[in-house]
Amino acid sequence: MLLLAAFWLFATLMVAFGLCVILLRNPVSCAMSLVLSFLCLAALFVTLDATFIAIIQVLVYAGAVMVLFLFIIMLLDLRTEESRRLNMSATLGGLLVVASFISILTQITLANPSFAKELPALAGPAVNDVKEIGMTLFHSYSLPFEAVGVLLLSATVGVVVLSRKSLR
Amino acid sequence: MTLPTIAWITLYIPLVAAGLILLVTRTNKPLAAGLAILSALVTCVGGWILFAKGAEGIFHGFNWIDFGETFSIPFDLALDPLSRTMLVVVTTIAPIVFIYSLGYMKDEEGYWRYFAGLALFLFSMLGIVLANNLVMMFIFWELVGVSSYILIGHYFRKDSAADAAKQAFLVNRIGDFGFMLGILLFWISTGSFSFSAVNDSAGVFVQHPTLLAIACVLIFCGTVGKSSQFPLHVWLPNSMEGPTPVSSLLHAATMVAAGVYLLARIFPILSASPEACEVVAVIGAITALGAGILATQQDDIKGILAYSTISQLGYMVAGAGLAVSAALPMFHLFTHAFFKCLLFLTAGSVILGMHHEQNIWQMGGLKNKMPVTFLTYCCGMLALSGCYFFSGHYSKDLIMACSWEHHRVVFWLLVVAAGLTPFYMTRQALVVFFGKPRSEHAKNAHESPAVMTIPLVLLAIPAVCAGYPFVEHFFFHEIGTLAEPNVPHWVEIAFGAAFFIGIGAAALIYRNVGEKDPIRIPCFENRFYIDDFYFWIVRCIQGGFANICYFIDRWFIDGILVRGSATVVWTVGFALRFLQVGNLQAYAFFFGAGVVGLIYLLLNAK
Amino acid sequence: MPTLANYLIASGLLFAVGLGGVMLRRSIIVIFMSLEMMLSAANLALVAFSRYGLVSGHQNYDAQVLVFFIITVAAAEVAVGLAIIVSLYRARQTTHVEDLDLLKF
Repeated sequence: MLLLAAFWLFATLMVAFGLCVILLRNPVSCAMSLVLSFLCLAALFVTLDATFIAIIQVLVYAGAVMVLFLFIIMLLDLRTEESRRLNMSATLGGLLVVASFISILTQITLANPSFAKELPALAGPAVNDVKEIGMTLFHSYSLPFEAVGVLLLSATVGVVVLSRKSLR
Repeated sequence: MTLPTIAWITLYIPLVAAGLILLVTRTNKPLAAGLAILSALVTCVGGWILFAKGAEGIFHGFNWIDFGETFSIPFDLALDPLSRTMLVVVTTIAPIVFIYSLGYMKDEEGYWRYFAGLALFLFSMLGIVLANNLVMMFIFWELVGVSSYILIGHYFRKDSAADAAKQAFLVNRIGDFGFMLGILLFWISTGSFSFSAVNDSAGVFVQHPTLLAIACVLIFCGTVGKSSQFPLHVWLPNSMEGPTPVSSLLHAATMVAAGVYLLARIFPILSASPEACEVVAVIGAITALGAGILATQQDDIKGILAYSTISQLGYMVAGAGLAVSAALPMFHLFTHAFFKCLLFLTAGSVILGMHHEQNIWQMGGLKNKMPVTFLTYCCGMLALSGCYFFSGHYSKDLIMACSWEHHRVVFWLLVVAAGLTPFYMTRQALVVFFGKPRSEHAKNAHESPAVMTIPLVLLAIPAVCAGYPFVEHFFFHEIGTLAEPNVPHWVEIAFGAAFFIGIGAAALIYRNVGEKDPIRIPCFENRFYIDDFYFWIVRCIQGGFANICYFIDRWFIDGILVRGSATVVWTVGFALRFLQVGNLQAYAFFFGAGVVGLIYLLLNAK
Repeated sequence: MPTLANYLIASGLLFAVGLGGVMLRRSIIVIFMSLEMMLSAANLALVAFSRYGLVSGHQNYDAQVLVFFIITVAAAEVAVGLAIIVSLYRARQTTHVEDLDLLKF
């Protein structure tokens, strides 16, 4: 019961703040709305008993990524974007695609009976999911782990290269 | 040495000589000539031995193609009275002409080419004579055409000679197409190619006389091409571009006679089809008359003789078409070979004496300057005209007498031609040998060397004697009957009258003639415009075909296929270029729409 | 008790909002933020499946490991993407997406 109320609250807030992101004019306001949306998302993760993922979401996404966004907004000194003439056909097209996507999604989800089951109970007492995720990661997915490390390295190098002022 | 071995040697020696000349004797003139003459003499000896011993039978060679009973083409030699007699003709004339060539071609270029071509020709001709089946004969028929092409085109640097060689080969090819169809028809009906099977196949055709007529006429097409009958006669006058010994050997005595030989070979089955015989006889008679008319207006000494050859071949073909016996055309072929070869060799002697001038209106008064040539020419001319006691008289009159009995129209055509022959020959004799010299060359003409005059004398003897009854009996009694049919007395007188009228008219007109011909008939001079007609047809057909090909090439292949496909590709590219809007959100839109569409399709694909 | 369908629809709605942002907003920074929103929506779906598809009584940790990787990759992507946007701004002095049309044919 509590779970359901929590779900509805945080899900509604998440989608609402998402809508704020795309409707507000000031980019800083958009960034802040996105942060709040991520926080609600982290709450939803907690309701799903994925506490490690929730914390990681807050730390990395809300903490690092969005801060980076704000840095860049400040760096580029972006003001409220001027409103240009609305391209009616493009807007309608976009809305059409979004609407059709939502319709298909709900159609699939509601049509599938296996999605309608209730939250299954966990077997034993709450496990330490950090440990479990760690075990799974390093037992079964050590290669992707290393690959992601290389990816981060190359991203770092790429960012440094791209940020150089000019080619000397 | 057995008879089959002699026969095979006789056939193959000229081929070996041709090969040796080709490989070994490029610069060694005497060796080339010597090899050729030696091979010709060996074949002469071989031919006479085969004739004397009465060689008879089928000498087996090798199986060229053998698919069992229904389709097998063996290379065998057939020795029977007909081929023995023809063998004698070919192998006697060939060495004489070869020796004559020694003198005639002494200063010409391409000496080895000439003798190699002559040797190849001799081989091919012997192949035709000795062939046992239609396909083997056809192969050698084509080989003879090739040799003719090589020899006519000997002076290939001259455009007219090259064109004449091409024309000879192509016109022959047209006839050979019909020949091949005839061979195939006979094979379909009888299952065999050999002459004995074909000649015995009258029973197969009892229910289908039209088919037999068609098959015989198709084989006759080969004769029309090779023996230069109307309408394929256009190549023979142009073939005079070749050296004169070639004209005498190929285009007078032997090669063009091969067509008549073919008719004699298939005579049993040919005579079983009255319609085919009718066609053969009528075409022969038309050719005889038409060529005789054209000969009266020719100004080239060899041209007159060429048309005369066509005319006499018409006689032979008409004789075959009368369906009396195979010996009738062969007898005239026999005598004609000797006197026509002789006439051409004398013409060659005159030409050489005139420093290669061939127009008769540049000649004159040569009888005192070239006596041997003149005397032998007279022998040949009288034989050709059908003068009594010369060989031509016997054979020609026999044909005309038989035509009186069997086919009146042919008879009258042949009689008129018999009157024209002495006319144009006397014209030629008077203009060339009598009167005053008309040019410097004529004034300074001299007799030819012995190497050329001895062959003339050698040929003059059979030109006189070859028609005499004992000679005729010796060579022809096994081939068929040459009995004189009963003709009314006035017909025989008509023959003599034709001869005298012809000579008399020519003597009257051309006795003291000056620098040019008093009679000029443009229609005859332009050969009834038949040549022009053929050129026009070829131009139309080839031009039309070329235009069609151009049209297809330009509009269809270039336009639709090549440029069309390129244009389609370009258009598609052009259209797709409009998707590159450069607008990020447009790309995102396409992407999103695509994904949504894909999901929709995947869900509703069932 | 919320069902799996609830979570999936929530995730889908978040994804749709992010898609709308990508297609409708003109500022490139906001577009990029909407992109992040889409990634997060995917994460939510994955975690929901992890919780509802139990493996021997426990959550399916494979899905959570995948979420881990997605977050990592998203962070790297943001870094590089923002560096690109910065150099773009230095070159063109604009973040309006309609001004960036050099690849128009």
